[in-house]
Amino acid sequence: MTIGLGHYLAVGAILFTIGIMGIFLNRKNVIVILMSIELILLAVNINLVAFSVFLGDIVGQVYALIVLTVAAAESAIGLAILVAYFRNRGSIAVEDINLMKG
Amino acid sequence: MYEAIVLLPLLGAIIAGAVSLVGASKRFPGEDPPPPHDDHSAPLVPEDHAHGAPSPDAAPAVSHDSHGEEHGGEPSAAGSLGSELITSTFLVISCVLSWYAFYDVGFQHHDARVTLFSFISFGDLHSNWALRIDSLTVVMLVVVTTISSVVHIYSIGYMEEDPYKPRFFSYLSYFTFAMLMLVTADNLVQLFFGWEGVGLTSYLLIGFWYYKPEANAAAIKAFIVNRVGDFGFSLGIFTAFYLTGAVDFDTVFAQAPGLVGKNFHFLSWDVDALTTMCLLLFVGAMGKSAQFLLHTWLPDAMEGPTPVSALIHAATMVTAGVFMVARLSPLFELAPYAKTFVIFIGATTAMFAATVGLVQNDIKRVVAYSTCSQLGYMFVAMGSGAYSVGMFHLFTHAFFKALLFLGSGSVILAMHHEQDMRNMGGLRHKIPFTYWMMIIGTLALTGFPLTAGFYSKDAIISSDDVVKGGVAAYGFIMTTLAAALTSFYSWRLIFKTFWGEPHDRHHYEAAHESPKVMLVPLAILAIGCFAAGLPFVSIFTGHGADVFFGTSLKLGTADTIFEDVEKLPVYIEFLPTVMMAIGFLVALLFYIFRPDIPVALARDQKPLYEFLLNKWYFDEIYDFLFVRPAMRLGRLLWKGGDGFIIDGFGPDGVSARVLDVTRNVVRLQTGYLYHYAFAMMIGVAAFITWFMFSGPH
Repeated sequence: MTIGLGHYLAVGAILFTIGIMGIFLNRKNVIVILMSIELILLAVNINLVAFSVFLGDIVGQVYALIVLTVAAAESAIGLAILVAYFRNRGSIAVEDINLMKG
Repeated sequence: MYEAIVLLPLLGAIIAGAVSLVGASKRFPGEDPPPPHDDHSAPLVPEDHAHGAPSPDAAPAVSHDSHGEEHGGEPSAAGSLGSELITSTFLVISCVLSWYAFYDVGFQHHDARVTLFSFISFGDLHSNWALRIDSLTVVMLVVVTTISSVVHIYSIGYMEEDPYKPRFFSYLSYFTFAMLMLVTADNLVQLFFGWEGVGLTSYLLIGFWYYKPEANAAAIKAFIVNRVGDFGFSLGIFTAFYLTGAVDFDTVFAQAPGLVGKNFHFLSWDVDALTTMCLLLFVGAMGKSAQFLLHTWLPDAMEGPTPVSALIHAATMVTAGVFMVARLSPLFELAPYAKTFVIFIGATTAMFAATVGLVQNDIKRVVAYSTCSQLGYMFVAMGSGAYSVGMFHLFTHAFFKALLFLGSGSVILAMHHEQDMRNMGGLRHKIPFTYWMMIIGTLALTGFPLTAGFYSKDAIISSDDVVKGGVAAYGFIMTTLAAALTSFYSWRLIFKTFWGEPHDRHHYEAAHESPKVMLVPLAILAIGCFAAGLPFVSIFTGHGADVFFGTSLKLGTADTIFEDVEKLPVYIEFLPTVMMAIGFLVALLFYIFRPDIPVALARDQKPLYEFLLNKWYFDEIYDFLFVRPAMRLGRLLWKGGDGFIIDGFGPDGVSARVLDVTRNVVRLQTGYLYHYAFAMMIGVAAFITWFMFSGPH
């Protein structure tokens, strides 16, 4: 069996779905949300690399690198915010973060 | 000169009002005046002690002199003396000018018409602001300005302890202005202006002590009961305008004879136009002059300061109705049914008020019912067609009733704001001057020979007797009987107040004669009680009236009325005097020789006594018939109309529904991050799905 484009895209879709589910089935911790976002970004990266290889276009892989960079930066900022938030409120449980409630 | 008579009081009112305003804003910068404390208001609140049982033991052990100082808590408003002097001076000037006008117009017949400016000019309706000066007017001018200036001067003494003197004097002067406007009116609209002006000041002055709930209630009652009369009056004015196309007296009077027998169609009835108009106008007079059915406000009006009772609720304002009927005599002469109705109401009032006066215990209320009764007499004269005689009684009544009220005021002040006669007694040794003044007033009221009341009351009863018809006979019987009752309750007042044993030792010991500034006005009025009688008999009755009043009164049937009066049997002439003597003797027996008789009588005839004491239960009947239904209607509109419909579906309802919607929308906003993320994902998924299935375009 040759592994074709469809398999790669399937893995990406599965990862993406897991990420989505992780965001809104998660009731515990904001860090899990950050991790889920990483998963979604990785799913995107797999798609980009797979299309880049199968279409013979190197730009997709370059773009995947950019996404990785941005993801790293985003994680750093997100964790920093979490640390600051924890210092202020003493909790990073998702249930407690409802300041946006009207 | 006439402008000065009318406008000087207005000027005084404005100045005193300005003083009052400036003083108030200085005293209470940026806040409402606080209601006086209870202990401070004590000297101002006569009712405080009025209904309490006499309790010499419980009385505080302070002598009267220190009493006054203690309670003088609040200082007089700034400019009190100034406003007192200004208003009183203007009034005295106005009074002197009025007496000159009385001579000039009444005897020299220099009638005048002063047009000040145009009041209303609208379509066919034209009315000028004009002063109509004729004999009828000058009589009223003299009465109003004389009593008013006397009362102004008296008030300087009576209101000594009151902190709000400028306001009081401003109201008094404004009242005088409105009353003068009323009596000098040249058309019905101007008459109505003065009419409402005096009604307003009556309201303001009854409620002068605005921190007393009873005073406020009485003021509102007076205003509302008068609205009933004024509604009739304004309908009468509309009718006059509808029938004649004018509101000024000359045009209306000129057209009136052409309206005799004319009907006008109202709904499904054909009613006699002139009779309807006169009856409607008379309803206004009934309200203002506190006649039967619309009398309930007058006794309550006694909540006001006593000088106000004397000026407004005895001598001048309440006689406005009588004056109005006299002024409109050319109309009433053409409406015999209306005249009969006037006699009926007048006679009923005379009798009714006299019976209630028999058992009242508040000194001012006795005099108030007596006023009511005497006004009934005046209307009997008006209805009999003897307009000049009615005016005569108005003229004399003003003096002796003002004297009685001011005398009562002096008694009340002496008794330290005690108004209940049961707590008085034996005062003639303490306040002899007031006592003698009250005696003179009572003599005049009861119609003792040679006093003013003797001539006018006699003339009324005689002139009613010459009128034919059942109602006139009813009027004759009622007024004659009421004369006896008048005498009885007046002497009862004197005996209970000035004779017998003092019932309230503390107040009795502290009683003292009033200051001179109050006694001199009493003396002036006492002189008036004699001087207003005999010298004026010839111009108010008999053929002198024709000469004196000229065209200002239409003495229709009265052309012959005075001749008929002379033909009456002699005993008729003595009848009122006999009645007066009977009343006096019974009062003497009841309250001097056998004080146990009235007590026993009240016990044996308890239902009757209660009936009279409760003023024929009029207040209760009106409460049941009008006040409670009105309250119920108001509650219905409040709860049902306003609360349910307007607040439920109107502006408030709409805003409430918006709030409901937003409350539900708010519930969507949980604030949880994953909910928003979920919504975003769903949205993105929906978009993508849509793009996928709608295909490329």
